[in-house]
Amino acid sequence: MTEEKFDAIVIGAGMAGNAAAYTMASRGLKVLQLERGEYPGSKNVQGAIMYSNMLEKIIPDFRDDAPLERHLIEQRFWMMDDTSHIGMQYRSDDFNESRHNRYTVIRAQFDKWFSRKVREAGATVLCETTVTELARDSDGKVIGVLTDRTGDMILADVVVLAEGVNGLLGTRAGLRETPKPQNVALAVKEMHFLPEEVIDQRFGLKANEGCVIEAAGTISRSMAGLAFLYTNKESISIGIGCLVSDFAATMESPYELLESFKNHPSIRTLIAGSEVKEYAAHLIPEGGYRAIPQLFGNGWVVVGDAAQLNNAVHREGSNLAMTSGRLAGEAIFLVRKGGRPMTKENLALYKSMLDKSFVIKDLRKYKDMPALLHTNSRNFFTTYPQLLSQAAQNFMRVDSTPKLDKERATTAAFIKARSRWGLVGDAVRLAFAWR
Amino acid sequence: MTIAVTNLRVEDKLYQNRYVVDSGRPHIKVRPHKWPSANLFALTSVCPAKCYELNDNGQVEITADGCMECGTCRILCEASGEIEWNYPRGGYGVLFKFG
Repeated sequence: MTEEKFDAIVIGAGMAGNAAAYTMASRGLKVLQLERGEYPGSKNVQGAIMYSNMLEKIIPDFRDDAPLERHLIEQRFWMMDDTSHIGMQYRSDDFNESRHNRYTVIRAQFDKWFSRKVREAGATVLCETTVTELARDSDGKVIGVLTDRTGDMILADVVVLAEGVNGLLGTRAGLRETPKPQNVALAVKEMHFLPEEVIDQRFGLKANEGCVIEAAGTISRSMAGLAFLYTNKESISIGIGCLVSDFAATMESPYELLESFKNHPSIRTLIAGSEVKEYAAHLIPEGGYRAIPQLFGNGWVVVGDAAQLNNAVHREGSNLAMTSGRLAGEAIFLVRKGGRPMTKENLALYKSMLDKSFVIKDLRKYKDMPALLHTNSRNFFTTYPQLLSQAAQNFMRVDSTPKLDKERATTAAFIKARSRWGLVGDAVRLAFAWR
Repeated sequence: MTIAVTNLRVEDKLYQNRYVVDSGRPHIKVRPHKWPSANLFALTSVCPAKCYELNDNGQVEITADGCMECGTCRILCEASGEIEWNYPRGGYGVLFKFG
């Protein structure tokens, strides 16, 4: 392998790495992809929702053989207190279209499929290989990698860092900083298996229709966090994630949070009788636009979670990963086609392509949202959910209290908890962060 | 009592997972210390696999066999030098069946 030189080395076989490797290999580049897991996907964790539009731009006919679980026709957003949830939900038969918009997937299976496509496109995929170091020349240009498989250096014109949120290589080489505790969430997740028809009945689904629940509130114990429940064909992915900085400050235990969420009266019946077959943990980039590091340099680009490309507000990540991987691959292809070297100057093309895409535009839109939600987490994740629950219960519960008194009590509770100025301030800050 | 119940529970969870443990080559090490920092101490409850535990002398120890390689401890304690964090050798460590 030492005498061989590749056009590009891709580190990691997740969404971003596979997108990059496929894009380059299918355009005729000589690509080596390195993955430390036993098989592609064995180290990867996601909820997981896969977004068709972004995969279609890479593999248009993916629906022919990709392992898809259910297409989503319903989304529920819940605000929870300890005994209740108040929610908004949207369900539409329009989502029963022939080219479905979103699917749940099981990453270990999906990533194996994606990797097969990468190999079919002509890339060399080497699993069970941990890259230990980036190789650089005397000018600091990245020229290849060192792995734990052999002591030898593997050379390439460019290295695509698709090493994930906790990528060691780029941070140790000083290409970007290690994420700050306030810019990453720790999520834990379990896979609960149930017969397909039981899931259909509990969520009112048929014929591979799927439903998603995303929930915030007292379940995160005042930390900035979100819980989720996704229906797969014969299983339910259920999990909760909160900021690492909040976990460290509160010393809450993630699996106890997950147990509480599973035992919440609104959730318990949905997963009753299921068999748990896996427990996973993973970090999620939450810093948004302001946490995006330098994305390219001499002989390297960084894509996906490693580049913090995650839209926390819309809970989108895999599509940003796929798109950044694809654009990096296209940029590298164009630089090479022009006969130009993989310098920082030339690889800036990747950044300008990413800037023009939804990836950076969306992240820029919500650039102030992380700071708002992360610094006021008690208000947004405990106080407001409790107030809304009380308000709803005041409205629903029928007793002999006159309605006007009930409404006054609700208003008084909001003002007591947050004050008039506090309420106005929260509304204004939220509106500004959203616009 | 609460702690005993919690212990049991996370071990039951981890029991579902598939691991190939690289015996004798732990990928995370805790630097010897007299007293743990707040972040290092926090790992005894924040680590989702409960790999970190306080010993009788008040020091934090790690058994990384159940580690899911999430990196939370690295984010909290690598910069201060309290822990040394590497990925396991290729093919070793947690191997998710579903992910």
